[in-house]
Amino acid sequence: MEKTIKKSSLSISEDGLEKKTSSKRLEVLKTYKIYIGGQFPRTESGRYYQPVNVSGKKMGNVCLSSRKDFRDAVVAARGAFSGWSGRAAFNRGQILYRMAEMLEGRKAQFIEELIQQDSTKTKAEKEVNLAIDRLIYYSGWCDKFQQLFSAVNPVSSSHFNFSVPEPTGVVAIIAPQGDSLLGLVSLIAPVIAGGNTCVVLASETKPLCAVTFAEVLNSSDLPGGVVNILTGKPKELNEWFVTHMDVNATLYCENDSAIQSMMREKSALNLKRIFFYDTVNWDKTKGQSPYFIMDTQEIKTTWHPVENIAGAGGGY
Amino acid sequence: MSRSQSLFAIPDFSVSPRIDQAGAEERASRFTKRSIKKESKLNGLKLVLNMIDLTTLEGKDTEGKVKQLCYKAMHPHDAVPDIPTVAAICVYPSMVKVAKKALGDAGIKVASVATAFPSGQAPKDIKIRDTKYAVSEGADEVDMVISRGKFHAGEYNFVFDEIAAIKEACGDARLKVILETGELGTFDKVRRASDIAMYAGADFIKTSTGKIQPAATMPVTLVMLEAIRDFYYKTGRMVGMKPAGGISKSKLALHYLVMVKEVLGEDWLTNEWFRFGASSLANDVLMQIVKEKTGVYQAANYFSVD
Repeated sequence: MEKTIKKSSLSISEDGLEKKTSSKRLEVLKTYKIYIGGQFPRTESGRYYQPVNVSGKKMGNVCLSSRKDFRDAVVAARGAFSGWSGRAAFNRGQILYRMAEMLEGRKAQFIEELIQQDSTKTKAEKEVNLAIDRLIYYSGWCDKFQQLFSAVNPVSSSHFNFSVPEPTGVVAIIAPQGDSLLGLVSLIAPVIAGGNTCVVLASETKPLCAVTFAEVLNSSDLPGGVVNILTGKPKELNEWFVTHMDVNATLYCENDSAIQSMMREKSALNLKRIFFYDTVNWDKTKGQSPYFIMDTQEIKTTWHPVENIAGAGGGY
Repeated sequence: MSRSQSLFAIPDFSVSPRIDQAGAEERASRFTKRSIKKESKLNGLKLVLNMIDLTTLEGKDTEGKVKQLCYKAMHPHDAVPDIPTVAAICVYPSMVKVAKKALGDAGIKVASVATAFPSGQAPKDIKIRDTKYAVSEGADEVDMVISRGKFHAGEYNFVFDEIAAIKEACGDARLKVILETGELGTFDKVRRASDIAMYAGADFIKTSTGKIQPAATMPVTLVMLEAIRDFYYKTGRMVGMKPAGGISKSKLALHYLVMVKEVLGEDWLTNEWFRFGASSLANDVLMQIVKEKTGVYQAANYFSVD
């Protein structure tokens, strides 16, 4: 008797629950936070914006980062530099490979976000696949580009003279507004493969993938601070990206000549390198090359005194 | 000075006021909410720089290191005009003479730690000789440590007498008494130790040696500032405050100034009555001063290494 009552009451409540979820359940939307020093803080400014896709759907509340978030991110990147650049190149390769593995595991989420950001299913799939492959590509280069771009130089004095690439330091990246995932990955990967750390400003109109990519980074052995990702408006932050004295190079991808010349001028403050990737097609094979790694490398030449080998009848 | 102590009654230190820990922490955290910008920030930063006791207290200190630090004290960052000097150089007794000579007549004081710094585990006569040696070498200020072991054992008279004896050995040199709050454990004990030090003749009370964690924190400094305030109301004598260790960012230093101003008032906002014991704070303050003047965020490698 008791049993039957229980059973019937259960089924009624189940029914009621079923009805509720189908009609009235509010979807829990994700808060897109920025990524600084291995943490996910909100912007210190407390400002947010709501990017809208073509169909007019608001894609979420996204942090509108301020110059102070950028300042904090540079501090984090500088702090992480000696650890990251000091790692064995092979180990950096392992970590980039791990990033690709983690990205593969969350493919579906990235495809869904790309579709939200006005991509089609086929295009989105292709973009995520390419992004994963690009990480693998640069993972392989981590411990190989040095041999290609190093040299032993013939000199006429008693010195063993050689030149090797070394990471330049903290790189500020303003990611392309299009290719919101592929562009981001194609810029970050060569920079960190070479041992630099970076601060990245994600696409203003399509920031979802960038924040989700930060979650991938956070779970893939990459030390905190090596990659820091901000969301917000390039218009507000462009200038800070080139004036900061503790940034060693800036990468910019838009074809805006006024901003490009402003960047050329301001970067002279501390002689930082600036690169404009405004003509690169990231979904072509030309979007990947060891020369992208070399853009943020410096060449160090060492003159090592040796015995007068030539006099002793030998070469170096 | 030690004779003038008889002018005010020595209280029973075992009944020093008890401290509301949650309240002290809450109040201290509220000082960090003030927004100090532009001109007032620049003035605040200059004041902070002028209150720094630039410190090197390491076994590996050499004459060269001390001379280099003295040069930095006199010329913090020549690239920018009208930057003040720091207040003092803080070194071990064996380096006092070197520092004194290097600083010349620049108006920067030389402070020396003494009394078997940092542990304070030595007999009283050795501590007194240590102090007298530092003073005879030319130290303008002496930073002593209290005997924390005796303090924990409840021998307050011993601690009191020791401080009074060191004060006497100091002669004209000003005496800073280091409580080493990281080893005292509770705010009640910090308050009690502050009271003992002040009644025994301290010219300054100082939080830490910098060798023990936690070093200076805002709540512990607040407790000591309140002890100074109460002592001032009772006796009319001003005592200085020196938080030391763990203050390496300008923003935090500005918060400390806010706290001093709101607890003790403007009379204490000079390097005669307030100091920061720090080594890396100076560079951060300089970077912030240059940022205020140029509007551009600075990088550490444009400033001297210390």
